[in-house]
Amino acid sequence: MTGWPILSIVTFLPLVGALFILLVRGTPEAVARNARAVALWTSLATFGAALVLWFDFDRAEAGFQFVERASWLPEWGIAYHMGIDGISMPFILLSALLIPICVLASWESVEHRVREYMIAFLVMETMMIGAFAALDLVLFYMFFEGTLIPMFLIIGVWGGARRVYSAFKFFLYTLTGSVLMLLAILFMYFEAGTSDIPRLMAHGFDPRWQTWLWLAFFASFAVKVPMWPVHTWLPDAHVEAPTAGSVLLAGVLLKFGGYGFLRFSVPMFPDASAFFTPMIYVLSIVAVIYTSLVALAQEDMKKLIAYSSVAHMAYVTIGIFALNTQAVQGALVQMLSHGVVSAALFLCVGVVYDRVHSREIARYGGLVERMPAYAAVFMLFTLASVGLPGTSGFVGEFLVLLGAFKANTWVGALAATGMILGAAYMLWLYRRVIFGKLVKDDLRHIRDLSKREIAVFAPLVAITLWMGIYPASFTRVMDASVAQLIANYDAALARKGAKVAGE
Amino acid sequence: MTAFSMTDLATVAPEIFLAVLGLALLMAGVFRGDRASGWISWAVVAGFAAAAGLVWQGGGARALAFDGLYVSDAFSLFMKQLTLLGSGLALVLSIRFNDREGIARIEYPVLFLFATLGMMTMISANDLLVLYVGLELQSLCLYVVAAYRRDSVRSTEAGLKYFVLGALSSGMLLYGVSLIYGYTGTTRFDVLVEQVAGHGAPALGLVVGLVFLISGLAFKVSAVPFHMWTPDVYEGAPTPVTAFFAAAPKVAALALFARVLVGAFGPLVEQWSQIIVFLSIASMALGAFAAVGQTNIKRLMAYSSIGHMGYVLIGLAAGNVSGLRGLLIYTAIYVVMGIGTFACILCMRRQGRTVEAIADLAGLARTHPMVAFALAIFMFSMSGIPPLAGFFGKFYVFMSAIEAGLYVLAVLGVLSSVVAAFYYLRIVKVMYFDEPDAVLDRPIGGTLAVVLAGTSTFTLLFFLAPGPLLARAQAAAAALIGG
Repeated sequence: MTGWPILSIVTFLPLVGALFILLVRGTPEAVARNARAVALWTSLATFGAALVLWFDFDRAEAGFQFVERASWLPEWGIAYHMGIDGISMPFILLSALLIPICVLASWESVEHRVREYMIAFLVMETMMIGAFAALDLVLFYMFFEGTLIPMFLIIGVWGGARRVYSAFKFFLYTLTGSVLMLLAILFMYFEAGTSDIPRLMAHGFDPRWQTWLWLAFFASFAVKVPMWPVHTWLPDAHVEAPTAGSVLLAGVLLKFGGYGFLRFSVPMFPDASAFFTPMIYVLSIVAVIYTSLVALAQEDMKKLIAYSSVAHMAYVTIGIFALNTQAVQGALVQMLSHGVVSAALFLCVGVVYDRVHSREIARYGGLVERMPAYAAVFMLFTLASVGLPGTSGFVGEFLVLLGAFKANTWVGALAATGMILGAAYMLWLYRRVIFGKLVKDDLRHIRDLSKREIAVFAPLVAITLWMGIYPASFTRVMDASVAQLIANYDAALARKGAKVAGE
Repeated sequence: MTAFSMTDLATVAPEIFLAVLGLALLMAGVFRGDRASGWISWAVVAGFAAAAGLVWQGGGARALAFDGLYVSDAFSLFMKQLTLLGSGLALVLSIRFNDREGIARIEYPVLFLFATLGMMTMISANDLLVLYVGLELQSLCLYVVAAYRRDSVRSTEAGLKYFVLGALSSGMLLYGVSLIYGYTGTTRFDVLVEQVAGHGAPALGLVVGLVFLISGLAFKVSAVPFHMWTPDVYEGAPTPVTAFFAAAPKVAALALFARVLVGAFGPLVEQWSQIIVFLSIASMALGAFAAVGQTNIKRLMAYSSIGHMGYVLIGLAAGNVSGLRGLLIYTAIYVVMGIGTFACILCMRRQGRTVEAIADLAGLARTHPMVAFALAIFMFSMSGIPPLAGFFGKFYVFMSAIEAGLYVLAVLGVLSSVVAAFYYLRIVKVMYFDEPDAVLDRPIGGTLAVVLAGTSTFTLLFFLAPGPLLARAQAAAAALIGG
């Protein structure tokens, strides 16, 4: 392994790019052009560095790798402690992948305040990667909450008609959840005497406190995932955000919730996790069925995809709390797949929105006649979202359902209805937009995908197919860490069982 | 009582220096007239800097002067420097403002100086009567500067309100002091500690006296339910004076609060902790909810300051070293954010006239990107979003609350911070999401730009090196609890 602090480089390189953009001077056109270029090259360089991480990553090692530590608040033992394992590695790659795509997707559609826009996205990237790589709870919280500011501005400044309402709703919902988590973090700090994540995992909290701590973390992560009934910020935020903002929301920010459950709730509070599993099942199943039905009724393309996100993320929560190897791996694959596929679906909406400036489903129809390449791309991602074998969506949903059936037959059976409903709303959406007769006049001259748009979609198409056809390249990274997570969880429950039996 | 010695004088050197400087500048001003107000202001600023240097030179070792009436320790060192910083920055902000408004007079900087002298006396008081003398010196100067724009009805009303209510609170405080003296036979803090410790349950009269004392002090930090003067005075006073109110006197009053409660009445923590918890919850809640409907930015800042005092009092309610440290860190960060925010408000001029409505900030991000950026930093920081400085303030006070087991207080505190985030965000929204209406004047002026750049850089980059402030706050807190 090289002596470079590669993880910190990946984390803070985007911030360096943002500083560069801040220094750009000249006419507004020149500033916009340079800001775009700097943002693109910085994010590509970050992605390159993230790939180095990916290839250097030791797949057999279950613990944390690329660990870095620097003193930060020495009197408190709170340190700048970074490191990744098989659970966080894929998310870092996902974040690094989506930013250049966002930059490229906004190349022409964002025309005013380009400099600030690009800075916001690069700051987002630092915060997102930092949150996945942080190995200190306080540090994690800083990165985690730090995403709020740029996202608030992205929705509010470059968003649609109801952007102000949506930006506030997004901010306040998330903040409410996370301040409770902050208190839990402080409590854990005093209870365990450290905020270091690996040490907290080994601490073994008193089951009495676990319930409360679990609930405080749940408040934050349930809003992020989002779980029914605290999902209502999501349709608003997704619909009003600019295309690239929706991509990041769906692609990465929602994953914070699932990642948080896996990183904190399950390993640190195993007893509480076991205790609350039925609640998670119920909320998730309600989310799968209810939001799928709601998605069927939507008139707005982005809103439909937003509701489908809630349903898909409910699979993730089922998978995480079914807590067997298949289910957890399935949840991770499902998160990655959803990160790519829903991001791509929002980009698909963005393509026609840039041309027609409407997201209404009824406004379209028969696009296949004029846009064959677009129709093909859209179809691939529609089917991936539905879970067609051969695409990434299938692997995730299948593994989750397999694990869920193993844990609880009813949960598996009810969750499986989501696949049927998912097929219904996605295929119906596709039929209404792409097929049918081309009757709208202004659609007769609509252009097919440009070269830039093809460049945006190409990597996403490749990854979706790769994950569908050969998922082992991805699951191999997770194997060791997931196995260790499950083993520790079972051991913790067994210890408790032994204690109860002993009394 | 023996005559004072040279060591006594060395202990109070910064205060003597400021007093002499104030008298000299007043004389100079009287002879030179109002044209001299510019250089007198800068001389006062330089005097503050020199006094901060003297305080620094005095060091953090505990020293008593004048038979124990006056104390100098690490705590007073921290608080005095903070007060001097706040006063100095507020005065710097005033100079250009007063010139442009045509109200530049020599009394103004001198009053600032004497008010600050009063604050320093409060911070170092080790006796209830010295406390009172310092408090009155400060308050009388503040009443005058609040009404400083004497042709304005709003300003004179603010001054009068402040005076009447302030006098009432001073009366309550003095009544409390007399009761305490009556039941313990002393007014000195270090003797009081011994008196109240180890006698089992305290006498009822002593507790009543303590309640009156706390009421008077709560008035000075504008904690609910003694906050009524704050919005009117903040709105009515000239903006730099409001900045001064937000920064310096609060620091001094908090220092006093901490020294009296933790220093003199530490053994009675069970008695006063509940009162502080109530003040804290009420202030946070009122600060959060009442600010939502405001349209005037100075009034909004008044409610915001009430809310912030609620958070600071969490640290006091915890009553341990980490609580005091949280209080000190929060106060220090709050002073910087407050001065920065008021510097932004001072930028709000249109065709040479000041404007104060939040709506006047519309589209500021287009017309004055740097000012908007700075104000956005302050707003996010005040709502406690990491990685900005305000987050660390909240982090440390909530840490102390959790350590002391005040879970309900902590939960109510974080929830009210979410409500408060709403109105801070509203300002960001007006600046960034709304279209510009009428453009504010530019350029904003050199001194304002420097103050803005300094305070916003501190707020933005505090997370890089929080160590020095933490270490000094730790030393200051330990000095108070230990001594």
